[in-house]
Amino acid sequence: MALVAVRVGVVVFPGTNCEHDVAEALVELGAEAQLVWHGSASLDALDAVVLPGGFAHGDYLRPGAIARFSPVMAGVREYAAGGGPVVGICNGFQVLTEAHLLPGALQKNKGLTFLCRMTELEVTSDRSALTAGVELGRRLLVPVNHFEGNYTAGPATLRRLEDEGRVVLRYVDNPNGSVHDIAGICNEGGNVVGLMPHPERASHELLGSTDGLVLLRALLAWAGARLEPAGRG
Amino acid sequence: MGNFEALVEVQLRPGISDPQGATIERALPALGFTGVSGVRAGKAFRLQVEAPDDQAARRIVEELSERLLANPVIEAASVSIISPPPA
Repeated sequence: MALVAVRVGVVVFPGTNCEHDVAEALVELGAEAQLVWHGSASLDALDAVVLPGGFAHGDYLRPGAIARFSPVMAGVREYAAGGGPVVGICNGFQVLTEAHLLPGALQKNKGLTFLCRMTELEVTSDRSALTAGVELGRRLLVPVNHFEGNYTAGPATLRRLEDEGRVVLRYVDNPNGSVHDIAGICNEGGNVVGLMPHPERASHELLGSTDGLVLLRALLAWAGARLEPAGRG
Repeated sequence: MGNFEALVEVQLRPGISDPQGATIERALPALGFTGVSGVRAGKAFRLQVEAPDDQAARRIVEELSERLLANPVIEAASVSIISPPPA
């Protein structure tokens, strides 16, 4: 493990509402968490970036459609291009797809109902910043909380995601109609990950599951490994 | 320069499932509307653009539709210049 605490930036758009939950879960795991306002364009000195859930810019037009023009997204794009780990949770996943940092789109749930419930996930790839080192096939209990979580992508994109092992999490019992039961995907480098379920809401026994910590721990390990041996520059 | 009013209709692309449209379609028989099919839900936007002519206005609206009003991954936008009517 890294000797220095991993420093994670948690991006806050107007309407984001999960930033403190994410920060708290990361701090519990020994990381430093720092809220980053969406108007700030620089993400220097961060070892990982999380785009948490909520309703960025009111979800007007489409979830993420306005947020992708926030100044911080230029920084996120650059940070991701440099190999920095970026995780979008729920609304953060929607922002990453709208920003074209991840392929596909999230549309209204199949049943047209807002879903707020525990789901069972299966880890189907360990080549992402959120699942590296996690045993393939491992089942995790992590809740979802969304209206637009129905992942969709064209056939060519889907084939690429599958062939390249970029579907990182799947629902065991698909709640929202996502194609191929997709709950989370990553980019080519594995450093940009998006998922609809909320790991921070499965971070304490009082919340009914601690399985989200498996994912957050993997993220911190990935970020920590990038620090060594040179340490933070 | 003229002032042109445009109508942009954003629809899910064919083949993308439309749970909203499907739900509306299923509700219609209960109201006595039979034989209605192919319901697709979408969004409509009206906007005013200053441009030298209606062709230029259309180009501006098409570009902003592609970049903001529609998500090209799942949606397609169609633009009509509705006033002043083309000569």
